[in-house]
Amino acid sequence: MTSASASKKSTKNQISPIITINKLNKWFGKFHVLKDIDLEVNKTEKIVICGPSGSGKSTLIRCINRLEVHQEGTIIVDGTELTDDVKQINEIRSDVGMVFQHFNLFPHLTVLENCTLAPIWVRKKSKLEADELAMELLTKVRIPDQAKKYPGQLSGGQQQRVAIARALCMQPRVMLFDEPTSALDPEMIKEVLETMIELAESGMTMIVVTHEMGFANKVADRVIFMDEGQIVEQNDPKNFFNNPKSDRTKLFLSQILNH
Amino acid sequence: MVQIFVLSIVVFGIFSIYETTVFNLQERGIKTSSNFFDEVAPFKVGFSPFLNFELGKTTYIEVFYIGILNTLLVALLGIFAATMLGFVIGILRLSPNWIASKISLIYIEIFRNVPLLLQIMFWNFAVFLAFLPPPKKSIEMGLFYLNSRGLHSPLPFIEDSNNFKIWILILALAALAGFIFSKWSKKKFELTGAALPVKTINILSFLAIAVFSYFFLRGPLGFDLPVLGKFNFKGGGQIPLPLFSLWFALTIYTSAFIAENVRAGIASVSKGQLEASRSLGLKRSQMINMIIIPQAMRVIIPPTISQFLNLTKNSSLAVAVGYEEIVAVWAGISLNQTGQALIIIAMTIIVYECMSLFTSFILNVYNRRIQITER
Repeated sequence: MTSASASKKSTKNQISPIITINKLNKWFGKFHVLKDIDLEVNKTEKIVICGPSGSGKSTLIRCINRLEVHQEGTIIVDGTELTDDVKQINEIRSDVGMVFQHFNLFPHLTVLENCTLAPIWVRKKSKLEADELAMELLTKVRIPDQAKKYPGQLSGGQQQRVAIARALCMQPRVMLFDEPTSALDPEMIKEVLETMIELAESGMTMIVVTHEMGFANKVADRVIFMDEGQIVEQNDPKNFFNNPKSDRTKLFLSQILNH
Repeated sequence: MVQIFVLSIVVFGIFSIYETTVFNLQERGIKTSSNFFDEVAPFKVGFSPFLNFELGKTTYIEVFYIGILNTLLVALLGIFAATMLGFVIGILRLSPNWIASKISLIYIEIFRNVPLLLQIMFWNFAVFLAFLPPPKKSIEMGLFYLNSRGLHSPLPFIEDSNNFKIWILILALAALAGFIFSKWSKKKFELTGAALPVKTINILSFLAIAVFSYFFLRGPLGFDLPVLGKFNFKGGGQIPLPLFSLWFALTIYTSAFIAENVRAGIASVSKGQLEASRSLGLKRSQMINMIIIPQAMRVIIPPTISQFLNLTKNSSLAVAVGYEEIVAVWAGISLNQTGQALIIIAMTIIVYECMSLFTSFILNVYNRRIQITER
């Protein structure tokens, strides 16, 4: 017992937070979207954020790579604080991959070019090197044969997997997913979730905003429930789904699980 | 059945117009023929930079060519300047800077909404003629002189034709070397990812070679300098005020429309595209060059083609300020002198038709090249 707990403690000490959010506040005009958010994300941790629409969950992860600007509090990503400094912001952005609800692939570039653009121009890789890496990752998301096609020629699920590969090509330390399956048909949801599960198994740090509770149950180390701009409850998936503490969480879970 | 009926009415209409015209012309003793082409034109064309005009020697058909060339000159200059200015104004319109965006809004709304003829007259009579000094008091800018007659500049001419040929050869070789260099560095970039400032290197070394070899060959070009005569400058090159006013007004007017096209094109790129490129860590300039512009161009080009055509056709308003383009010298003076309305007007129409079709052909080819397949 002692040895087990000691070893657990020592591994816990090694795990350092890669993202630290402290007293984060954000307003859209007069609307208070994020209220005093505190959150630490450790390396290789998988976090699922859920909550009703308008609860601020997307805004929260968009603050992490500064697609949204926060007004109060601090966000530290991998030791670098997010400020107005453009250079720092770009550095953080190149280390933080993001996958969007609507894929946002570049329609005028082929799948391969979508994946190599940022590695070439931001990471200063040679085209050869970038191509190789991109093909490797496209193989990982199981669409290497679509590399020469344009995004418009692919199905939604394929496009989202390209978007995941594109983000991975930057070899990020954290991946953010903003409702990655909300714009997809049920069959396609499955293929995207499978890709995400494989990614989780490879040890990537992930923050996922999603309503896919099955995915949360299977993959998450921690599930966070947000409502009205606050973190209402966070727990490991087992306890989160089986004995939610607050009434608000219970209500949300009953609504989302019973339909 | 209905179609045949309508068609026969149209054919009959055209035929009767033709009949009446021919009848009326005959009535006045005018025979439609192209014999006058080789007759000497009894009037002076002051501005003819490409063909030599000589009063008492130049024929009508040569006046026709001069008119075409002058139209092409102002149209090309106008298209070039209006495109540049239009892009700048259009991008400023979307600038996050409040003042810049409002200034470009005001610019667009003023120049888009005032008739072009009025603008041409405004710039020519109310601004340039009113404020520029007479030749004796010209504004000096180095070897250039600006006055109410226009802009006078030094004009290069070939002094030593052998050395000039050698110089051109050297320049051609330098350009070729620059081309090879840019190919080579592109390949190197693909292999290693190391980017050189290729354009800067090319331009600077080309200029250095050009200047150095120019002096080495003891100046193969001579310059004819403008000299103040009794009433105006003699010698040198001259951009007459009518050309300048017309070019200026066409540029300003058309740039306001092009700016709106540019704005619409940029606005058509979805916000998600910007977010995706930002989330990948692309710099603002990279985002503009590699993501926004390629997608915006597809929306910008088609309506901008019609602005180019409009500019070309609008140059016929030159009559107001006396610039000698095709409508002024051909459909105007030549028609009055010869009375050959039918043939002259038909030729003028054909000239504009050809210019427009050619412009839209070129731009459609370009448009097809950048309309990247999406599916």
